[in-house]
Amino acid sequence: MLGVNGLKVVVNGKEENVAAGTTVAGLVAARGLRPDTVIIEYNYGIVKKAEWDGIVLKENDRVEILRFVGGG
Amino acid sequence: MKDLLKIGGKEITSRLFLGTGKFSSNRLIPDCVKASGAQVVTVALRRVDLEFEEENIASYVPGECILMPNTSGARNAREAVRIARLARAAGCGDWVKIEVIADNRYLLPDNYETVKATEILAGEGFVVLPYMSPDLMVAKKLAEAGAAAVMPLGSPIGSNRGLKTRELIRILIEEIPLPIIVDAGLGRPSEAAEAMEMGAAAVLVNTAIATADNPVAMARAFGLAVEAGRLAYLSGPGEVREYARASSPLTGFLRE
Repeated sequence: MLGVNGLKVVVNGKEENVAAGTTVAGLVAARGLRPDTVIIEYNYGIVKKAEWDGIVLKENDRVEILRFVGGG
Repeated sequence: MKDLLKIGGKEITSRLFLGTGKFSSNRLIPDCVKASGAQVVTVALRRVDLEFEEENIASYVPGECILMPNTSGARNAREAVRIARLARAAGCGDWVKIEVIADNRYLLPDNYETVKATEILAGEGFVVLPYMSPDLMVAKKLAEAGAAAVMPLGSPIGSNRGLKTRELIRILIEEIPLPIIVDAGLGRPSEAAEAMEMGAAAVLVNTAIATADNPVAMARAFGLAVEAGRLAYLSGPGEVREYARASSPLTGFLRE
């Protein structure tokens, strides 16, 4: 259900509802992720950790939360 | 005599590059890096799985290593470029292994898209090491596109089948003025040694080490094999002959 103050965003390819005013930093923190272990792509652009606090999510924003894993 | 491999302005002493996938525990990775002597270590970039808490692989790679993110998961040049840019922005440095794969059974790379991605990323200042199916004309195009090295496969990724593309790799070594790094498929240290004896500049090994019963010991075995193969190459192996040639003098026999 979309609340009055909620909005729809796409996180890692899945639609999610978040409260209005949620920032990228808040999105990361809400998942219990340590900021130094993840990489954020916001609407197909790379955003540095210093910018996360200042980005307030808007309807239909696309956020990718990524990290390095083992690979060859 | 110092025998350094120079790529992207860096001088590398170890010609064994190590992949970090498929280890039963990430805790094995620092020990395998140490045992193998590897300086160049690959990682991949993936979406965080919120259901399954994973660790940050980079924290298991010793700080003195060159971290080389791959673009695995990319199905075309555009996706590979996106992954490479993200990895660099995340502080991974300028090195990138281009891996563009749209074939799920044999995981063979798309050479055409790989050339396109190489051109774009080299133009953006990346040190580009493209993984490719060994083909002379493609290797020439990769060199023209600004690749720092060319990484032909020995056999399909993770197959441990060895140096099945030997002859094509031999031609690349002969004709391409860039380091040729055999990537994928090497399953035994002897196969890594053979690639090095042929004149490969380095090899990249992951599955054969990560899935061995004792990965740390296997990492050391590959390190030794790569060193032995390189030394043999530099030593100029003797001629191969059809018939026997006695090693002992053919005179002064103690005969009746």
